Amino acid sequence: MRRSNIWLWFAAALVYAFLYIPLVIVVVYSFNDSKLNAEWVGFTLSWYKALFNNHEMLTAARNSLIIAVSASFCATILGTMAGLAIHRYKLKFLPVLVFTPVAMPEILLGVALLLFFLQVLNLTLGMISIIIAHTTFCIGFVAIIVRARLQGMDESVFEAARDLGASPWQTFRLITLPLIMPAVVAGALMSFTLSIDDFVITFFTKGVGEPILPIQIYTMIKVAVTPEVNAISTLLMLLTLTMIIIASKLDSSVLRRGTK
Amino acid sequence: MALLEIRNVTRRFGDFIAVDNVSISIEAGEFFTLLGPSGCGKTTLLRMIAGFDLPDSGQILLDGKDMVDTPSEKRPIHTVFQSYALFPHMTVADNIAFPLRMAGKTSDEIKSRVREALDDVRLSNFGNRFPEELSGGQKQRVAFARGLVNRPRLLLLDEPLGALDAKLREEMQIELINLQKDMGVTFVFITHAQNEALALSHRIAVMNQGNIEQLDEPSRIYGFPRNRFVADFIGKISMINAQVLEAAPSHLKLMVAGLGEVTAPSKEGVRVGDTGVMAIRPEQVRISHHAEETELKNHFLGKVQGFLYVGDVTTYIVELPNGASIEALLPNSAPGRAKFFEAGDPVAVSWRHDAGIFLND
Repeated sequence: MRRSNIWLWFAAALVYAFLYIPLVIVVVYSFNDSKLNAEWVGFTLSWYKALFNNHEMLTAARNSLIIAVSASFCATILGTMAGLAIHRYKLKFLPVLVFTPVAMPEILLGVALLLFFLQVLNLTLGMISIIIAHTTFCIGFVAIIVRARLQGMDESVFEAARDLGASPWQTFRLITLPLIMPAVVAGALMSFTLSIDDFVITFFTKGVGEPILPIQIYTMIKVAVTPEVNAISTLLMLLTLTMIIIASKLDSSVLRRGTK
Repeated sequence: MALLEIRNVTRRFGDFIAVDNVSISIEAGEFFTLLGPSGCGKTTLLRMIAGFDLPDSGQILLDGKDMVDTPSEKRPIHTVFQSYALFPHMTVADNIAFPLRMAGKTSDEIKSRVREALDDVRLSNFGNRFPEELSGGQKQRVAFARGLVNRPRLLLLDEPLGALDAKLREEMQIELINLQKDMGVTFVFITHAQNEALALSHRIAVMNQGNIEQLDEPSRIYGFPRNRFVADFIGKISMINAQVLEAAPSHLKLMVAGLGEVTAPSKEGVRVGDTGVMAIRPEQVRISHHAEETELKNHFLGKVQGFLYVGDVTTYIVELPNGASIEALLPNSAPGRAKFFEAGDPVAVSWRHDAGIFLND
């Protein structure tokens, strides 16, 4: 093997180690038969068992799932509409409006939404406020993915549909929607993963009372990093990873080939 | 009444006039071609006929009815796009069935019509394929079938053969002529390829900068171009500056500076003293050895400047004593022979007194 190649591999290995060793440790220690995250004692599933007996944790997980599903549902519809509008109308300010929340520091968005909910809408903070907040920052991601899909497409298929007798609505239902479907699904999955582990914005927009998963994990860590935290983190990681893999599969293979 | 009538249609994009007060009327059953370089306005005109765009002024009438308020899905006009625009998520059969479904036909009728359409374009066994599994020529045929299946009054074809290689193109041209003849549907074809226009059309409108330069049958466009643009755009032509000496009903006498008198066919509206060019096609010019006798009136000496061998024929570029050059075409009828003259050879060029055409400035 050539020298430069070895160094390249070495550098790559280092980067990946840096990225993934902490994650591996979390996963490994979630199966460790010890209360301390210090040394490997033996294999156990007891932390997972404890997790499923932890009522508060289960409520937090349920709440987070409700939020993630609702927020990604709303964001997918709105984001798809935004993506279509940006692509069709070529207005300069529209993409800026839609994509800015994506680039905005989360803390800023959190504070802004908090003030908006309390002072403008007079809303009691709770599940609804979190869902609205999550929808807000997910719309941009969906719109970006949908627009990217549209940009790669032959514009004339939409004209062809109209030309062959389809009304605007029929064109959308029979041509546009099936063709952008992979992007819509990818956007929904992406929104879900963004929503389920969001901490900062959730922290600002949550009310008192209902526990939310990322916040719950944080509260547990404040006391001590128990293997129970490792267990819930591992599960969360598994869920997110699955979503990302599905989303990326849709994006690369299906996106290119159409929706066949 | 004409099937389609375009009346004083103008379309501007900002300061740019894409279509400038154009009027055309197209008869039912016609194969009509809009020919011109890119940017001449032919695509804009086509899009207005299809209903993707509206004229700023003027009218487009189908069967005498103004279509301004008829959206494209309500017009009995279908389009074959340059990119084919097949729906990638539908099978070939579903693509062809689409206009029938939109027209609310029964599923039995759709089925039989799709089968018929597939047979017509010789793709009977391809109904279940997806467009991406087809070759360029097959996609093209699916696009034709889809455009024709619901028997539109008018089929618009936007450079449909542009993406095909030369050999396939020729095959598709023949197929297109047959399809049009069999179906009896009126075709409006747009292209920038003059040979395609000549081969396919009943009539051609040559467009340039938003205007129609000439509208006529192919042989008249080729043989009697109305101005320099048309002469130059369609086929090859040599142009030599000339002035009118004598304008008789039977012929024109032209003076070419540094060369002498040339006899050309008469033309309406030409007056003594007019300046312009004497234009002549390479196949009308005879090239021969220097000393050879000829009975042709227009007979000049020159020198071979260069030649272009393209297989079946060789075009010789001959420099005349006044510095102008003229092209002469000679078929390579003797096998294996690429040329009859070398660069630098002294030759004679001659043409009939009724060949060529005088074009005013």
